[in-house]
Amino acid sequence: MIRRFTRVPLVRHLLLALVGLAAVVVVLESTSPFRNAQLANVAYLGIAAGGLTVLTGLNGQLSLGHGAFMAIGAYTTALLLQDADPALPLVGVLAVATVVALVCGVVVGVPAARLHGPYIAGATLALAIAIPSTALFFDDLGGEQGLNVLVPDLPTWILDAAYFVTGNEMDRTRSIAYIGWVCLIVTYVLLANLQRSRVGRTWRAVRDDDVAAEIAGIHLGRARVLAFVVSAGCAGLAGSVMAMAVRITAPSGFTLNLSLLLLSAVVLGGLGSLAGALIGSALLTFLPQVVTDVGVDAGLTDVQAAQLSPLVYGLVTMAVILLAPAGLVGSLRGLLQRRRLASAGN
Amino acid sequence: MRSTTVRVAGALTAAALLAACGAGESRDDDDSGGGSAVGITDDSIKIGAHFPLTGVAAPGYSEIPSGHQAYYDYVNANGGVNGRKIEFVVKDDAYDPTKTSSVTNELVLEDEIFGMVSGLGTPTHSAVVDFLNSEEVPDLFVSSGSLMWGDDPEARPWTFGWQPDYEIEGKIIGQWVKENMPDAKVGLFLQDDDFGEDGEAGVRQYIDDQIVDVQRYTPGNTDVGPQIAALQASKVDLVLGFNVPSYTALSQLVAMKLNFTPKWFYSNVGSDPALVGSLLARFSEGSVKDDASLLDGVLSTEYIPGVDAPDDPWMKLWQQVWDEYGEGGKLTNYRVYGMSEAYTFVQALQAAGDDPTRESVVEALEQVGGDFEGPGMAPFRYSEDSHLGISGMSVVELKGGKADPLTPVLVTDIGDAEITEDDSAAGDVPPDNGIPDEEPAS
Repeated sequence: MIRRFTRVPLVRHLLLALVGLAAVVVVLESTSPFRNAQLANVAYLGIAAGGLTVLTGLNGQLSLGHGAFMAIGAYTTALLLQDADPALPLVGVLAVATVVALVCGVVVGVPAARLHGPYIAGATLALAIAIPSTALFFDDLGGEQGLNVLVPDLPTWILDAAYFVTGNEMDRTRSIAYIGWVCLIVTYVLLANLQRSRVGRTWRAVRDDDVAAEIAGIHLGRARVLAFVVSAGCAGLAGSVMAMAVRITAPSGFTLNLSLLLLSAVVLGGLGSLAGALIGSALLTFLPQVVTDVGVDAGLTDVQAAQLSPLVYGLVTMAVILLAPAGLVGSLRGLLQRRRLASAGN
Repeated sequence: MRSTTVRVAGALTAAALLAACGAGESRDDDDSGGGSAVGITDDSIKIGAHFPLTGVAAPGYSEIPSGHQAYYDYVNANGGVNGRKIEFVVKDDAYDPTKTSSVTNELVLEDEIFGMVSGLGTPTHSAVVDFLNSEEVPDLFVSSGSLMWGDDPEARPWTFGWQPDYEIEGKIIGQWVKENMPDAKVGLFLQDDDFGEDGEAGVRQYIDDQIVDVQRYTPGNTDVGPQIAALQASKVDLVLGFNVPSYTALSQLVAMKLNFTPKWFYSNVGSDPALVGSLLARFSEGSVKDDASLLDGVLSTEYIPGVDAPDDPWMKLWQQVWDEYGEGGKLTNYRVYGMSEAYTFVQALQAAGDDPTRESVVEALEQVGGDFEGPGMAPFRYSEDSHLGISGMSVVELKGGKADPLTPVLVTDIGDAEITEDDSAAGDVPPDNGIPDEEPAS
């Protein structure tokens, strides 16, 4: 009975989301403010990587420009949060940032849908380089120093409710971690449903064989643009959470590095898997700090320890690509499947 | 019967109210306890800072924390401050404000530092200055000359600057040009942020009518050909540069290519002859030899003694400290800068008394910080109304990698404060043991 019930993807995803939410509450309430801040970092990277993994893994489009959409979301948020008493509630700010990125996604996605493979990578690469520099041309965007983001206090009723449930006082860092994780869960539920829906199937068909898909009556351009727009929206939302978590939005936070970082999170975790995107984001957040600490403890100077982390990160990426080409989650899934097949054979 | 119901209801209501009050009280109580003793124990004090240890801004700037570390090691080896050893935690932000924000979270929330000391950079530190102030963490001696670190102590009561701000540097440069080169056609070469803006505001107070062209560059964009060519086209014969060292090297290279030979005047930040020389050699791929004399005849300013004055008593102390406690390599002006800042921090800690708290360090700086004697050639401006750092500098000409003073120490303040000569702090010498001895402020 229950099994039949959970076979409906929407129900299963919602149940998973509830479990996830409970886990988030437990983890955030039991960790230090610094861990909360790091977890907020995981959340915004995870949202953007989730969108990118859907685009790349499901629709086969490679984007090197998702950092630019994060910048769009972040700057929108920063502009809306310039006063201590903003015109919109936070939910509204997050929504506006997402919509602005969505619209920009349409503008970029329509011409990009005519491009394939390396050409679309090139086009989005140009975007990643151009968008942060445009911030320098408009004085209202704060130039090189960027804009400070003033995150207002959460409404009292939410703070009271949170205190009632958890018995802990909600500070600024923790409330932003909550915002990030709630956004992440909502995004992942939507993306997971999209994956399992008719839209997801057309995306996969376009990825696997675009000629066959076209013969089957799928409008290639429409499918590609939709995938691009959805993932741009995710990146916009991620940028919005990032602006709140980092408290500043400056061009140097959105260099090409960020776009490549997202891509490597997706590749490390396993292309096309949301869980993989999340794991990749967590790795990106925690690895540098752990490596630097180990380096300092081992007696390296500060400069050497700081240089150690990109080195280890590069080695880990190479190791994953060589040893687990399907990414961490992809390889694990493959392993489980083989074992299941083997036991079924017996 | 009825009265019992009323009584029970009343008792229940009272109990509920009491319970509610209890909850309310415990919520409000959380604020007390004042985390003012965070990061400090009877035998240690932990401070931290963000620096670009990797990335484009790392050359030069990554040496500053090693200067700090050497001086703290020296002080610790001599018993520390009131028996407390100073522990200095440095985190890399690669000059990216996003990373500054996350490493500052780490320093404040995870490492629980007592205070931030000398975090470097205008765009980077402005990402965290509000956070540090809202967490009430002392934010001492920011390594940058932006006005933001001290012109408004009410808005940022926990933040203090250290070096002369860019506006007074601009004023002193502007006045010198007005008096010594009144006929020069001046072009400005500015970094496109607070650094260039504050410098320009200062310069314009004196030579607004002499400026014929203003060119700005964006950090990260290494092509300054158009800007230098524009200055050449405007027939500029004196270029005032408010730029970082790599752009001194770039502007020199481009000018050489264009055969453009004006008089150059770089503000203090961009004029370290040793670093600029090595950058020039690197950028030109060896066709320009690594030689500090390339900047011969270039004008600049100076507010602490540097490696070009090995006989200065402060330099003797720094050299001794570096030889004994440095991590190896040469003593550079950046390491000297770090040690000079570290010296001021030790003074602040001593002035805060036997049992320093976060509050008492700030109070002590406001009360007696203006009287600190140190390597700075001009006194600090610390008071309740200003948290700005060193109040002046002298104009120098570079010759063979040495700075030759052209003026006595000139002292001023932001706004329309007058520029005056003040050698009162220039004659300070370090104490014999090399460790300051400040009286507790209260």
